[in-house]
Amino acid sequence: MASWFAWLNGPQTLGNGRGFWLSFSMVVLLLVFLPFFADEYLVNNIGYFFIWVFMAMGLSLLWGYTGILSFGQTAFFGVAGYTYGIITLNYGADYGLTFGALLLAVALAAIVAWIIGYFMFYGGIRDVFVGIVTLSVTLVLETFMAQTAGPEWAIGAARLNGFNGMSGMPPLTIPWPGEDAIFLEGRTLFWFLVALVVLVYLGLRILVNSRFGNVMVAIRENPNRVEMLGYDVRRYQLIVFIIGGALAGLSGVLYTTWGTYITPSAMGLTAAALPIIWTAAGGRKDLTATLVATVFLVWLSQMLAVKGSQYALILMGLILLVAVMLAPEGFVVTLAKKIARLKAGNSQPAADVPKPKLAESSPPP
Amino acid sequence: MTAILETRNLSKHFGGLHATNGVDLSIEAGELRCLIGPNGAGKSTLFKLILGTYPPTSGEIWFNGENITKLLPYRRIEKGISIKFQVPGIFEDLPVAQNLLIALQHRMSKERSKTELERLMTLLDLQAARAKRAGDLSHGQKQWLEIGMAIALSPSLLLLDEPTAGMSPEETFKTGELVKQLNQQGMTVLVIEHDMVFVRQIAQKVTVLHFGKIFLEGSLAAIVDNEDVARIYLGKV
Repeated sequence: MASWFAWLNGPQTLGNGRGFWLSFSMVVLLLVFLPFFADEYLVNNIGYFFIWVFMAMGLSLLWGYTGILSFGQTAFFGVAGYTYGIITLNYGADYGLTFGALLLAVALAAIVAWIIGYFMFYGGIRDVFVGIVTLSVTLVLETFMAQTAGPEWAIGAARLNGFNGMSGMPPLTIPWPGEDAIFLEGRTLFWFLVALVVLVYLGLRILVNSRFGNVMVAIRENPNRVEMLGYDVRRYQLIVFIIGGALAGLSGVLYTTWGTYITPSAMGLTAAALPIIWTAAGGRKDLTATLVATVFLVWLSQMLAVKGSQYALILMGLILLVAVMLAPEGFVVTLAKKIARLKAGNSQPAADVPKPKLAESSPPP
Repeated sequence: MTAILETRNLSKHFGGLHATNGVDLSIEAGELRCLIGPNGAGKSTLFKLILGTYPPTSGEIWFNGENITKLLPYRRIEKGISIKFQVPGIFEDLPVAQNLLIALQHRMSKERSKTELERLMTLLDLQAARAKRAGDLSHGQKQWLEIGMAIALSPSLLLLDEPTAGMSPEETFKTGELVKQLNQQGMTVLVIEHDMVFVRQIAQKVTVLHFGKIFLEGSLAAIVDNEDVARIYLGKV
């Protein structure tokens, strides 16, 4: 118990102390019991916010931790979402097939990331050009899917349906021996999402605090030096890119099952820009900050949209600008560091307090 | 004695500029060699060719009896070459200890890298700064951290590109003693250096590069006495 818990903490994450994990557990507990006292609308909505967290954490991994700014995570989101639709519209939801479809769709997103990433990183594309290539990929996919309106654009029973998008796919089901399959809708879907967020979050924390994570942040700081320490930088970049693609794909599938539809605009410019705003505003160099900011900002834009305001996107852009000016490390990270500094200031009078915990703990294997 | 590093007729041309021009350099195992020469003599280009940052226009590079001319840079490092860059390439945003751990962890277990880390920290006199952000170190300390990362790989051949640039005389002296100590422990060291005081402190044998070619090679005394060397440094040849 002690050892795997130690793996979760390290120099690459904020919040390694007892206080953090205590509040983390309380939030999780609160979420688990939420469906018992909150109305269905709220539960559904919070579930919706969680859908986006996977793509955002993948981007944090790529951009914040490894220094690869991908502007096109939505490409993998779309690939996986459409794949899920095509499979389930053709083969239905029996025998837990939707779950297989989820895995296949995420795997396909990972494979597409592998192919694109291989050509980028082994072809020596770096820095801002990665952003240009990935943005192009997602825009090309959007344009392509938008012109599939005709009846000739169908894969089996699944009409691609052009700009109107694909709809009517079945929700996720888990087969249960001896009984009917469990449909992941409403409450069950919410619990499933909470569990998934917690699992992926903890898994990624272990990853970034591992030796592998050490190399990731080193690549962000200075890829040439990393190569001159004997690491194959391209290989590390590719692996992280595949993980990021798979996570975006997971968001894509969950989005598709949640609303039972997906349209090409899920891969458009606006959709592609949003994850960048979430991660940048929260603090791209920290998974927790990204998670918190994503949930908050998706909630905020949804609230504005529901109130009929057309300004949600402009506000998002504004938030990004303000973050760049006032909190280049991200609002959540800046706040967390302020709190840590205050706490350290209370317990010890020394004025010069370096980031506590960040440097002290040694990274796990 | 066997050569640990050999360049055979090695050339690198940038258009009409012959930065390196048919260099036959041979470094024997256990040597501590200084590479000197005026600006533009091709010293740094030679290092970049050895590391694989540039592909050569012609010629070959042999390391430990193996032709490494076509190997990727990281593969050369894995074979036992290590570099301390002229401008420190440390990971500025990470703590000092983590900088060294990243260099160490590639070739050893977690346990061993911990002991090695402590040894290096003491050797480099960075114990007090271990939790500091590397970017906040003084210039001299950054240079040492960079040297520390290079020797963390326990290379059989250590390349040092102007290790004392920007250091105070005391720091320079300390660095010289460190380099000598590493060499006595069996590490082959090839140093590019401008500071002749430093060269005097450490050098056994010196190679003078000029216009991309080896101009002269010999003991420090012989080099210093050579009038031609004095003249190229003053720009008369």
